[in-house]
Amino acid sequence: MADKRRIIGTALRKVDAVAKVTGGTRFADDLSFPRMLYCKLLRSTQPHAKIVSVDTTAARQLDGVHAVLTGQDLPIPFGILPVSQDEHALCLDKVRFIGDPVAAVAATSEETATAALDRIKVAYEPLQAFDSAEAAVAHPEPRIHDYGDSGNLHKLINLEFGDADAGIAEADLVREDLFFFEGNTHLPMEQHAAVAMWSPDGKLTLWTSTQTPHYVHRALAKVLELPAARVRVIATPNGGGFGGKSDPFSHELVVAKLAMVTGRPVKITLTREEVFYCHRGRHPTLMWVRTGVKQNGAITGMHFRSLLDGGAYGSYGVASTYYTGALQTVTYNVPRYHFQGARAFTNKAPCGPKRGHGTPQPRFALEVHLDKIAEQLEIDPAELRLRTLVPAHSLTANYLRVGSMGLGECIAKVVEGSGWKRKFRKLPHGRGVGLACSSYISGAGLPIYWNNMPHSGVQLRCDRGGGVTVFCGSTEIGQGSDSILAYIVAEILGIDPFDIAVVTADTDLTPVDLGSYSSRVTLMSGNAALQAAERARQILAVHAAKRLEVPAARLSFAAGRVFDRKDHKRGMSFAEAVQLAEAAEGTVGTVGSYTPPQGAGKYRGAGVGPSPAYSYSACVAEVEVDPETGIVRVPTIWIAHDVGQSINTAAVIGQVEGSIYMGLGEALMEEMAYRGNRKVVHKIPSLLEYKSPTTLEMCDVVTYLIEDPDPNGPFGAKEVGQGPLLPVMPAVANAVYDAVGVRIDEVPITPEKVLKAIRRKEKGEVGRFGPDAFPEIPWPEPTQIPTPWEGGDGKAVTGAPIPLERPH
Amino acid sequence: MTVRFTLNGVPVSVECAGSRRLLDTLRGDLGKTGTKEGCGEGECGACSVLIDGEVVDSCLVAVGQVEGRNVLTVEGLAGPDGTLSRLQQAFIEHGAAQCGICTPGMLLAAHVLLQRTIRPSAADVREGLAGNLCRCTGYTKIIEAVLSCTT
Repeated sequence: MADKRRIIGTALRKVDAVAKVTGGTRFADDLSFPRMLYCKLLRSTQPHAKIVSVDTTAARQLDGVHAVLTGQDLPIPFGILPVSQDEHALCLDKVRFIGDPVAAVAATSEETATAALDRIKVAYEPLQAFDSAEAAVAHPEPRIHDYGDSGNLHKLINLEFGDADAGIAEADLVREDLFFFEGNTHLPMEQHAAVAMWSPDGKLTLWTSTQTPHYVHRALAKVLELPAARVRVIATPNGGGFGGKSDPFSHELVVAKLAMVTGRPVKITLTREEVFYCHRGRHPTLMWVRTGVKQNGAITGMHFRSLLDGGAYGSYGVASTYYTGALQTVTYNVPRYHFQGARAFTNKAPCGPKRGHGTPQPRFALEVHLDKIAEQLEIDPAELRLRTLVPAHSLTANYLRVGSMGLGECIAKVVEGSGWKRKFRKLPHGRGVGLACSSYISGAGLPIYWNNMPHSGVQLRCDRGGGVTVFCGSTEIGQGSDSILAYIVAEILGIDPFDIAVVTADTDLTPVDLGSYSSRVTLMSGNAALQAAERARQILAVHAAKRLEVPAARLSFAAGRVFDRKDHKRGMSFAEAVQLAEAAEGTVGTVGSYTPPQGAGKYRGAGVGPSPAYSYSACVAEVEVDPETGIVRVPTIWIAHDVGQSINTAAVIGQVEGSIYMGLGEALMEEMAYRGNRKVVHKIPSLLEYKSPTTLEMCDVVTYLIEDPDPNGPFGAKEVGQGPLLPVMPAVANAVYDAVGVRIDEVPITPEKVLKAIRRKEKGEVGRFGPDAFPEIPWPEPTQIPTPWEGGDGKAVTGAPIPLERPH
Repeated sequence: MTVRFTLNGVPVSVECAGSRRLLDTLRGDLGKTGTKEGCGEGECGACSVLIDGEVVDSCLVAVGQVEGRNVLTVEGLAGPDGTLSRLQQAFIEHGAAQCGICTPGMLLAAHVLLQRTIRPSAADVREGLAGNLCRCTGYTKIIEAVLSCTT
């Protein structure tokens, strides 16, 4: 049945492109209904306080106000992870950050709703507030939440894969470093919006700009105490997500409740300031790493610690914390590995998953750390990495199953393309190059709610007119997921992808897809679509073959026809094939679904890190550093990305370039900073202050795609939406060192930090800017998991560790 | 008050406070939701429209200010028969629109740039679009799309 590919791997336009260039795409804020009310949220002005009273009397009396809600109206807690159901739609008894929602108003206009908010009186009893992870470690009391592993520490992890200390003791060189990665935010250009409608038959519909309609569906049913069957969530096309629209949010629950209370459609559109409060962005992360290496660069053991500043709520934080320790092992061979991770609650906007979820911070640390090791060993940093690559189709110390692995080729491409060998340590003072690599998951191996059901489902309907409709719960956030469905189905059925109707992200109409997060959609919904399309093709082929009197295996599906591969004239239109099948069997519809393979790890915490496939990237950044001002300019970045197989080359390159851009912003300027006497007032809840790259700061990008199909991907495809962001920050930091000889062990690499490091170097001190201590953490006893090469089976053991052996 | 102006070549009149943001009038009163709000403070350019051929942030313009003037939004870029402009076509072919929120503003800023500069260089395009933020594309495909319309 193997026809020559006509669509996969080409650079077709996207199926929704015309709507997007004509202003026709209907985003959540573009929706409007008769009698619609507008909602506004009253947000906390206190970083940490008990709510003594909320008086809404005056607000209710205002003309045009239809309803006012407070915490008591929605008392059931929620949260994205089952283990941290710690949020309330409106704060019940205390507030935990400036911006925490306290009350809500529905009124006939936004102006009236805002005026009503001014009439709500909230009495607070302030509590001591904590502005950093270190402060939370130092002060177990007062607790921000009454759950968590210790005091104000939400999560503590201690995992030992083999005896890392013994491994490090065998090394020729042991190096320790400290790094800090400042928090930053997604800044989707679309402000979150939602519209709720309650129908008289007791059904609720919510249109919302979410990346995860399935989880919003769950949260609505839980908090509103409605049967899930009576709740419909429709994710509108997201005007950018990047992870920032992956949690169920207060405003979604509130408008739903307001619609139920008032019987009218209710809409909310967050202001840009409120988007900063929703946050769920990159965790500020302090990291300590100690690695032992042999003279030839082989790693003998690694010990990695991370301390994450989680902000006020759990969000995805438990997963984020595990992720800061998970993927160190999938790029370079780490035979023995010890990871300790901690997440603190603080009185700031909650952190969560941003593009790369928990892995850009440790990747930054690891890649700069390796750059320093390479220099000490006098080995070229590219060469060092090439010598220690994890082999394809292998198992890591922490039981991650690596499939296809194109990092070696990626490194070779950027080394050659960038002129690395004639530039590294050879450019004039003020100019430099830096190299870094990375890897990322193509979807998480486990769902958020553990179960045995598929992670993605597709239903496919063939119409007797020749039309095909694909139904899938996946959510278009600009990455092109709707197009991917159309391309894959069109490839298998030999029809025009622009003739395919794609219906997505509607819990009433579409089978579940877990959401547009963890770079899972192309692989998972792609595999589901592939299966559904192949099943449809099989049905059609049987009946077409009968009519054409040729074996079904000899049929080709192409150009809207079904025909004999050996005699192209012997054939029929695709529509005729559907009609034959429908006449014989009834309505032609198929389903497809995808469940990832089981992970190899069986220890507690093994759920984070496994993926059907890992993408790989290598990156060289060239920088110009002005030693007088400390300003870093990045003229060019070379990036090679192992995507397995492009489904659409143009879309893949678009994701690569977008990742480089976002990485450049994180490397040089983006930060969620806090100020004020108590340092917990958001410094920059505004686009005027939150600096992100414009066209003038954006570098040139030279992209190389490495295509080595992975057995688990649809047509061999792996992820591309997040991985290429990861190496940018360390590549820039390494390039700054090459340019001016100072180490900036902290992002963003602002001019102030560069200048400080240069001044220190001039004074004869260490030319470095970065953290200088990692606090004492009450780590739990380590969970010991023998590595695969020590006879481990993926389970944790208690008692004496099994004797060590060198890995292959 | 009644404000009269020309929107995408068609005379319109709206009853509203003269201080209402042009953005809200376009989206809320006239149903032209192609114009997007990204920040409400004139920083992101998502709400860019043209007033008498000048790019402005419609979140910073009071509707009273456009009395008697010509306003062009993304809905007015295609021909009356729906034929897409060359720039819109180029955005599609180059993959310059990902999520699509910044796209209307980008198109209008690029439209003006191409009208004013016959053969803009890459540097001219970067300068011309510096007031419009995009978080998806890294601008690269947008710049390529605009440059493809200069020959």
